[in-house]
Amino acid sequence: MAIEVRIPTILRTHTGGEKTVQGSGDSLSALIDDLDARHSGIKGRLISDDGSLHRFVNVYVNDEDVRFTGSLETPLKDGDSVTVLPAVAGGSVARKR
Amino acid sequence: MLRIARELVDEIRAHARRDHPDEACGVIAGPIGSDRPVRFIPMLNAARSPTFYEFESTDLLKLYRDMDERDEEPVVIYHSHTATEAFPSRTDINLAAEPGAHYVLVSTREHGNDADPTEFRSYRIVDTEVTEEPVEIT
Repeated sequence: MAIEVRIPTILRTHTGGEKTVQGSGDSLSALIDDLDARHSGIKGRLISDDGSLHRFVNVYVNDEDVRFTGSLETPLKDGDSVTVLPAVAGGSVARKR
Repeated sequence: MLRIARELVDEIRAHARRDHPDEACGVIAGPIGSDRPVRFIPMLNAARSPTFYEFESTDLLKLYRDMDERDEEPVVIYHSHTATEAFPSRTDINLAAEPGAHYVLVSTREHGNDADPTEFRSYRIVDTEVTEEPVEIT
């Protein structure tokens, strides 16, 4: 089962510079585990210590933000396209991440 | 060093002034590898806050799709501070995710909506290391 995953610049250190990688899994969570097996460390950049998707990482499945489709439990199927984009965010007052 | 056209500097200042007291934010895209800011793209601050900014998630995806199609990258990522100096905050530093970009900050603390902000500064933020750089306005 092949799912195309678009990797943002800042995470390409984990993919040998590749912009797009292939992965598999029947949910976003399974896909991230699969990616981490071949691109070590990538899981830690997407998932925070409490096991949820990082607040400031946006993941889209076929252009739909996964926050609205079940987050890490979002189902995936062959041919789906996943895009990872770090938030562009900041501000003058510290916020808890 | 950031080399940037006068018109683009004025666009950023005008956007910051207009959105005060909220933080304004946006991107100037340019051809990949050129280090040349060309296309001004003001973004909506989804947080609509005087102390925080975040590109709206759907807008963010569209922005990166558009840049991809045009072989562009974010050369400048700008935002305003509304009550503090134009220097990256701890939050700005922790969340900076484009090591190739010039992070431009302006501050509207002096003039608010009355006049364009005068403070206009540029930084590199790589692995939480901040380096201020000179700005050459062309």
